[in-house]
Amino acid sequence: MAKKAGLFDLRGILALLFAVYGVVLTIMGLFSTSAEDLRKAGGINVNLWVGLGMLIAAALFALWQWLRPLAIPSEPAEPTEPTESAEPAEPTG
Amino acid sequence: MDVLAQADLRLDAGWVDYALLAVYFVVVLGIGYMARRSVSSSLDFFLSGRSLPAWVTGLAFISANLGAVEIFGMTANGAQYGIPTVHYYWIGAIPAMVFLGLVMMPFYYGSKVRSVPEFLLRRFGRLAHLVNGISFATAQVLIAGINLFALGTVVNLLLGWPLWLSVVVAAAIVLAYTSLGGLSAAVYNEVMQFFVIVAMLLPLTFIGLHRVGGWDGLVDKIAGDAGAQVSSWPATNLTGIGDATLSVLGIVFGLGFVLSFGYWTTNFAEVQRAMSAKSMSAARRTPLIGAYPKTLIALIIIIPGMIAAVLSPELAAYKAGENTGVDYNDAIMLLIRDLLPNGMLGIAITGLLASFMAGMAANVSSFNTVFTYDIWQSYIRKDRPDDYYLRVGRIVTVVGCLAAIGTAFIAAGYNNIMNYLQALFSFFNAPLFATFILGMFWKRMTPLAGGLGLIAGTLAAITIDVLNRAGVLDLAGQGASFIAAITAFVVDIAVSVAVSLATRPKPDRELVGLVWSLTPRDQWKETHGDASGWYRRPAVLAVGVLALTAALNVIFW
Repeated sequence: MAKKAGLFDLRGILALLFAVYGVVLTIMGLFSTSAEDLRKAGGINVNLWVGLGMLIAAALFALWQWLRPLAIPSEPAEPTEPTESAEPAEPTG
Repeated sequence: MDVLAQADLRLDAGWVDYALLAVYFVVVLGIGYMARRSVSSSLDFFLSGRSLPAWVTGLAFISANLGAVEIFGMTANGAQYGIPTVHYYWIGAIPAMVFLGLVMMPFYYGSKVRSVPEFLLRRFGRLAHLVNGISFATAQVLIAGINLFALGTVVNLLLGWPLWLSVVVAAAIVLAYTSLGGLSAAVYNEVMQFFVIVAMLLPLTFIGLHRVGGWDGLVDKIAGDAGAQVSSWPATNLTGIGDATLSVLGIVFGLGFVLSFGYWTTNFAEVQRAMSAKSMSAARRTPLIGAYPKTLIALIIIIPGMIAAVLSPELAAYKAGENTGVDYNDAIMLLIRDLLPNGMLGIAITGLLASFMAGMAANVSSFNTVFTYDIWQSYIRKDRPDDYYLRVGRIVTVVGCLAAIGTAFIAAGYNNIMNYLQALFSFFNAPLFATFILGMFWKRMTPLAGGLGLIAGTLAAITIDVLNRAGVLDLAGQGASFIAAITAFVVDIAVSVAVSLATRPKPDRELVGLVWSLTPRDQWKETHGDASGWYRRPAVLAVGVLALTAALNVIFW
């Protein structure tokens, strides 16, 4: 049974995606928020806050990957492969 | 979806929004390309080589269901019925997911079958296998078409692309990553989609609540004219059953027991995600881990729907009985249009499109597995080398996507096909669940009973549907599918028991690992390595999520 399917780590991709989104939204929030945008959201700078939230999410994914790196099992038949943690991921993106 | 066209739902998307969308699709296709390197056998392609960690399969498990029907349907329910919509999650999905993890997954994973129909083959033989294989494959192609049509409609409305173009482009993208990377690509994209959807719904919920004056403000504005909308029980407005006691019974047995258990425990598009987990422990934890975010995501889907019915002048007027060119299905899009600035708008559009594409990918990736293993390999071309079936799987994926384009245009011809197919789908799942439950716990149940029970149950459900359409039975909306599901369940059990008593059962030794009483319990336990730690025990996870759900039920009583 091939164990190669785990060779690339989804957590890194998620960290990258949300880092890019976070940077774009934060910049939009800082420099391109119109009075109309603020009125629509009842005075909240949506892009800024969501952008910052995404940067935190990206940092958490990166941290998770760094703390529990994905190990490639040396013996494919061994049922006790010490791969990454299976703790339930926090659904808060 | 026809009504959508009358209102101006066009979003004012700017270049930043398109750029954010483009980034997402680059990543999606990149995942497909990277996943391709890990596909070297048909098991890699169809079940990710049974190698995925539990948090990935757990999130994919709920993401596969988080498609067009869920996003539009549940926000629409929130707008129309309010809080009682939570029963779809807290009475329906969660107990069923717990049951799947604790009771049924050991049979699926332990017997090493590669699909739900294959389990029927092992337990009951060819008749049940063929009936289920064909009906499942057909249903998946039809549902893939609905997801595709919903996707095309949204792109058409939001961005102004022609319907045919958005349907073809979306099908091409899904095809590209599912045929390259197989289930791994589909599952990884489902997990990514899950986080993008949360990134869309969570801000919408908070900003919406801020605009309506917090939770109390929302309750005040809704409760003014409809008190039933802000408490979960007895949900008479949701069931259409006037009597409070009967309404609760309808929710618990119809929605909770038969419909939801049927859907979550026997639908291969869901179960396939758990089967791709890397160990028995991870497979059992898949639905249990998925249940936690599923419990909470109810709030950020239903509350935005309720907010939309208050904040959007068009939807509020529609709810008051005026024709304003919008309906409840538009709730989420009205909220996105009215609340979000450019930038966040791009994230929201990405979330919607990602959701529908992942829904379609789930249909396609379960369709190709069942078609290849359960129809092609079982009945048409047996005993070929594995790489032959891998090639067949890739070709079938192409065929499935093309067929979905066809069924998308069938779907385009009907106004309420979503409700219709949802009903059909539950008719088909209710008897399947009955057959599974009986077959797992009663070793006396015979192969012929498995096949005939399924056929009789499905026919019974269709009969109820036809009678209801012809006006012989007078059941409104939700009530009809609850009754049809219960009828299918009862008829299936009755026929299965009667046929079993008249025919010869399989010998016990052929049923080891397939029937509860003949399956040694010690092979379920994994206490070492990755499966160690008290917090990874399925029972602990199950108690935790049930307690969470019970607490939420009390809070929103």
